Amino acid sequence: MRISLKIWRQDGPADDGRMVDYRLEEVSEDSSFLEMLDLLNEQLIDKGEEPVAFDSDCREGICGMCGVVINGEAHGPERTTTCQLHMRSFDDGDEIIIEPWRADPFPVIKDLCVDRSSFDRIIQSGGFISANTGSAPDAHATPVPKEDADRAFMAAECIGCGACVAACPNASAMLFMGSKVTHLGELPQGQPEREARVLQMTAQHDLEGFGGCTNLGECSRACPKGIPLNVISQLNADYRRAGYGGRD
Amino acid sequence: MATSTAPAPAARKGPPTILLKTVVAVTGVFFVLFVLVHMYGNLQILIGTEAFDEYAHHLRTFGEPMLPEKSFLWVARILLLVSVVAHVWASMSLWRRAGQARRTRYAGKKKVSYGRFYAKAMRWGGLALLAFVVFHILHFTTQTITVDGAYPSPAERVISSFEVWWAVLLYTVAMVFLGMHLLHGIWGAAMTVGLNTSLKRAEQIRFVSIALSTIIVVGFLIPPFAIFFGFIE
Ligand code: HEM
Ligand code: SF4
Ligand code: FES
Repeated sequence: MRISLKIWRQDGPADDGRMVDYRLEEVSEDSSFLEMLDLLNEQLIDKGEEPVAFDSDCREGICGMCGVVINGEAHGPERTTTCQLHMRSFDDGDEIIIEPWRADPFPVIKDLCVDRSSFDRIIQSGGFISANTGSAPDAHATPVPKEDADRAFMAAECIGCGACVAACPNASAMLFMGSKVTHLGELPQGQPEREARVLQMTAQHDLEGFGGCTNLGECSRACPKGIPLNVISQLNADYRRAGYGGRD
Repeated sequence: MATSTAPAPAARKGPPTILLKTVVAVTGVFFVLFVLVHMYGNLQILIGTEAFDEYAHHLRTFGEPMLPEKSFLWVARILLLVSVVAHVWASMSLWRRAGQARRTRYAGKKKVSYGRFYAKAMRWGGLALLAFVVFHILHFTTQTITVDGAYPSPAERVISSFEVWWAVLLYTVAMVFLGMHLLHGIWGAAMTVGLNTSLKRAEQIRFVSIALSTIIVVGFLIPPFAIFFGFIE
């Protein structure tokens, strides 16, 4: 198939950036979206031009490293990661607009690569449990009810890709935070730090400059892991139980 | 791999985002309760103009002789005014925050936008409601704006106004805006106070927001239409 591309090019964080047009011939329908970009880059290198910078790692949909906005949709038209998207989802002759995640807390480093260390700082502020190292405890030492375990697993599927922020009209990271808070909060191991977790993570979220949720649900529909919107309500519920940050 | 060389964004100050959202939600729920009572009062006109005027009079003498005249009314008015200021201030702060969180917009537009139209109209629709509330007070409370003359009897004011087609139209449009605001508002408020914690709960909340919004819109529109079509004189 043949496609025309409009790709965001930006030399560095300080550059203003611009959309640049490219054309690609003979793209296989079976190639992945990132392989299509690889093909483009090979041609650019042959011509002595700078290749398009984009992130990827596992290319299996599990690491959360990849992610671009394709025709206005985070990770493109299918509910999956960019690396698991295939060219058969597009038609011959399509124009494809490719942009980086757009959010001020995700500044562009180069072309389609954004800096997501704001997510790391949110996790460092409270998205963990403290456990003693040593021999692993027996699996059945702390029983967990089936429904709680299921909900924790569901929320634990979040791969931290940032599509929720990219898709949110408010550039809010509440689906991401909600999945961490739900994942750990459903399990006994997550209880001791439960209040501190929600307070510190939301404080860090605000400090980074993410916006506030308006309960539209664009995040959940863009999420490659299908994290449901109710984790945001869980985040709000935990925040309320922690006294709205008013208590020390 | 690209390493982190981008400048850190400026740290933001101000009240926590979820606290602002909670202010919007709690004042919003207070408005819903107020609007339900208001609707009940309006429907008194179906019983008769005396019942309606008596209801309006009761609002002024509520709690007498324990409380001085109009004290209940003024407490309610002040509470509502404070809530309106808080609701608008908090929601506009969140609007500004959202704008600062994405200063570069996308060039590509989604083919299908999933967000519902009424949910996306919260901010503009809310401001339209604010304009309506101001008009409504100038119209029926202070009678600064009159549709068809000023009257001492509240029932007369209502009936004379809604015999005029454009007043009916204006109030109908305003109620449609209110219904849209509530359709997403009730859902959003339940989300914000943390009630939606399962898929089943989500369905229940959707049901309540649709039911309440419908009841409120229909309930408010019955008197104007009943008057316009001559069922009440
Ligand atoms: C006076 C003018 C008003 C303005 C400017 C306004 C504006 C807003 C805005 C911007 C939101 C946030 C929407 C979002 O986060 O998506 C909101 C939410 C809400 N509003 Fe209003 N509104 C007004 C009047 C009302 C009235 C009269 C009612 C009830 C009868 C109401 C009930 C609600 C509710 C229940 C919410 C949901 C809170 C939440 O999302 O957590 N509002 N309003
Ligand atoms: S919640 Fe979904 S969209 Fe957001 S970071 Fe996690 S996996 Fe990505
Ligand atoms: S590259 Fe790992 S999820 Fe896409």
